[in-house]
Amino acid sequence: MIARLRQPWTDRQAAWRLGAVACLVLLIIVLMVAFVAARAWPVLQANGWIAWLGPGGSVDHQMGQMIATGQHPPAAAYHLRAWPLIYGTLLTTGVSVIVGLVFALFSAIFIVEFAPARVRAVVVPAVRLLAAVPSVIYGLIGILVLAPFVGNHLISPGRKDSVQNVVQIDGTGVLVAIVVLTVMITPIMIAIVVDALRAIPRAWTEGAAALGANRWEVLWTVSVRAARPAIVAAAVLACARALGEAVALSMVSGSRGFSPNPVDGITYLFEPIRPLAASMVENVDAINAPAVKASIYAFALLLLLSSLALSIGGYVAKLPMRRQGLRI
Amino acid sequence: MAVAPPPPVYDPPAPLRPAPRGDTIRSWRWSQRLAFAACWAAGLALCAVTLAIVVYMGVRGVQYLNPKLLFSRPTPGLQQHTTGGILDPILGTVILTIIGIAIAVPLAVAAAVWVVEYGKPAPLARAVESGIEVVAGTPDIVIAIFGLAIFQLHLFAPLSFTASGGGVFGRSFIAAGAMMSLIALPLVFGAAREGLMSIPMHLREASWALGKTRICTIRTILLPQIRANVATGSALGMGRIVGDTAVVVVLLGATLQLEPQGDVPILGNLRGTGSTLTSYVYGASPAGEGNAPQKAYAAAFVLLLIVLTLNFVVDLLGRRKESLA
Amino acid sequence: MTSRDRVADPFLDDAVPSLPPPRRRVRLDRSPVPVPETQGAPTARVRRRGPGGPERMRVEGLSVRYGDNLAVKDVSLSIHAGEALALIGPSGCGKTTLLRTLNRLTETTAGAGRGGRVLLDGVDVEQVELTALRRRIAMVFQQPNPFPMSIFDNVAYAIRVQNRKRPGRRELEPQVVDALRRAGLYDEVAGDLDRPALRLSGGQQQRLCIARAIATRPEVLLMDEPCSALDPRSTEVIEDLIGELRRELAVVIVTHNLAQAHRVGDKVAFMYLGDLVEWGDADQVFEAPRAQRTRDYVAGAFG
Repeated sequence: MIARLRQPWTDRQAAWRLGAVACLVLLIIVLMVAFVAARAWPVLQANGWIAWLGPGGSVDHQMGQMIATGQHPPAAAYHLRAWPLIYGTLLTTGVSVIVGLVFALFSAIFIVEFAPARVRAVVVPAVRLLAAVPSVIYGLIGILVLAPFVGNHLISPGRKDSVQNVVQIDGTGVLVAIVVLTVMITPIMIAIVVDALRAIPRAWTEGAAALGANRWEVLWTVSVRAARPAIVAAAVLACARALGEAVALSMVSGSRGFSPNPVDGITYLFEPIRPLAASMVENVDAINAPAVKASIYAFALLLLLSSLALSIGGYVAKLPMRRQGLRI
Repeated sequence: MAVAPPPPVYDPPAPLRPAPRGDTIRSWRWSQRLAFAACWAAGLALCAVTLAIVVYMGVRGVQYLNPKLLFSRPTPGLQQHTTGGILDPILGTVILTIIGIAIAVPLAVAAAVWVVEYGKPAPLARAVESGIEVVAGTPDIVIAIFGLAIFQLHLFAPLSFTASGGGVFGRSFIAAGAMMSLIALPLVFGAAREGLMSIPMHLREASWALGKTRICTIRTILLPQIRANVATGSALGMGRIVGDTAVVVVLLGATLQLEPQGDVPILGNLRGTGSTLTSYVYGASPAGEGNAPQKAYAAAFVLLLIVLTLNFVVDLLGRRKESLA
Repeated sequence: MTSRDRVADPFLDDAVPSLPPPRRRVRLDRSPVPVPETQGAPTARVRRRGPGGPERMRVEGLSVRYGDNLAVKDVSLSIHAGEALALIGPSGCGKTTLLRTLNRLTETTAGAGRGGRVLLDGVDVEQVELTALRRRIAMVFQQPNPFPMSIFDNVAYAIRVQNRKRPGRRELEPQVVDALRRAGLYDEVAGDLDRPALRLSGGQQQRLCIARAIATRPEVLLMDEPCSALDPRSTEVIEDLIGELRRELAVVIVTHNLAQAHRVGDKVAFMYLGDLVEWGDADQVFEAPRAQRTRDYVAGAFG
């Protein structure tokens, strides 16, 4: 067979063979979705399609029960209410993306318009460097520098005592998780928005300046407005990255499936959470227990569906902009 | 009037002075001045954070990294000075990167060539492109879990560790490498596709007019031309592989040393488990079991140097392509 | 040369058969050519002159430098309301630079320097605050550059930007409609003002840019080769428009096209390599130019 492959290919053969490789890639992707859905089926079946996303008891306790049921769990062992994890995911992802987007927009405007040339020459490579740093390093700095700082200096002992019965707060928690996640996703957003702002045709900015708009108005009403598709794309990309961030968050977010209560006031910021992806990483050791396996695959299915929904949402958000003649 | 009046006589032209600057902030509205200040604040904060991260990692890394660490193997131990070095994690990173790129590049280039050069039927080509975009957007933890699902099938038992009870462990370098290739695939595919689409049509037409088949044209003319693009894509993919932790933690077992499975020299290592720099940093940090922050800093510093080098290579390739174009 | 010495010519020798006669009879079209409506040279069309008015801007000894290169050398002229000044000259002679200096757009280029003065209503333009200056001197560019917004938003852009309080749509609508009417575009887009501006044709986009520029009723309108990217029909429409506009504003138009300058301009300034060679009435410059170089350029010897 190797000898037959080594003879010169005809075009038809080449089309078939290369097409087979491309379809293999597509097949792997389809298999991925199918496998994850199939493995997640027991949990979905036992809990109902939507109900397992709701609140109902401590999710850590439920996962622990699942581990304890061993290799042949009864149907009741699949009981799961994953709301604390989903709440943690929504909280960290949502706040990080919003804060990061605002910060990225203003930083990008600074880089493109107001920065002195020497500062710009340093900042642009620095941003690209930050975007390439592995997430585990951010997690390391978070857990070795930020968490002790917050735990020792920002949280008073009185506050720790006040919640001692329910949960331990030691610095890792909502605040550090959001800070680390924001620092992680902002550089890529800055890079995308800077590229988009630089690509605005000079005809538009000059035309706006000639109509009597000052520098800021030209930037905001013409350049930023024309760069909206890129801003949407940056937000979608950052959201996808934040959703899937497992390792760094498992290091800094406190690792307890706990729903922080906003009524607690400032303490809310210090309470531990555990987003979905982090839960998956931490429970993967126990994956031999079928109940745990099904739960983890259910989380994976949820993450997959959210990524898909994000892509579609981004595409839909850009449709009206395309009508106005904005590319991308 | 028939004749324009002669222009009045002026003094010789004044020496040229530089143009006055554009509109000053003094004329802006209050909200605009506030926004201006916000931009400066954001920019300065960005510089400060970047500087802080780079300087901190550099200081800690230099403080804790000594060459002995780079060449000694890690050993489990309770005390810092008995836990050995980071040779195995470095080897693990290298092996994983090689496997990942070796699988990703042929697949990605073949797919890109088919999509750009052949691409019939058209819906299938669009489906392949969309599928690869879906992979690009999938979190790496989901890819890792998917890899576990595949490699724990009995079909793939020879590729990893099999427990005595018959349960397939599903963790090995091969498994992790295969999933890493899935992570690097979209980057190489994108780079190859961009390279192929930027080659003007007349090059292909000239070759076809000389009687070469399409596949021969691809092999002899187009592929050599996109070498730089594929190199850039591979460097980007390598950067992502080197920095990925979730796939390693899930699919590589995260044992400290390279543990071969079976006696066959290279295949045994590939079927076995080990660690990479990323999982070592995770394990040595307070979040893992090791609780050895100094070793964690040292390993993180080495990791950062590798990623910076790869980034630098990508920049270099990009600049060389621009200067040639 | 005798016939014996002649080299065998394949085209003349009988050895090569000549082509057979055509099968169909070829009928020549002898119908009369329709006489064009306007007799004589196109530039001899009856032109209404602008009413003429007070002086709006004056350029005194202006010199502009880009790096080491002197683009405009010691130019002095004046611009009056109610008439159109056409700047003509070959490429690179500094007419666009002069135009852009009038509303201080040259400052956006790094390394630009200038000397001399430009006065707007007697006040040096450098003393006037930049955005206020550009509200009184509007500009239309060579390539139509409507913003990626709706037609309404494009025309309302200048009004919105120049007002402290953002005016609402109901206040803006009459001003927008008025600007579109004055630019001669309203009839074509009246149906849907929220259509994306980039969907209009080239000529319509350029008229939209003119509407946008005149929406806030500036005193001076600068036009940098506005018709060079357009087809002849749109060019004609815009030239008629300029004829209307110059009654209320002062118009300065840079053009490559000598015939257009003759049609549109009341005063003409001819520049060559940065020097102002001649400046005067259009009739005088084109029919009885004083400088030799002007004579050569108008006759088409170079440029």
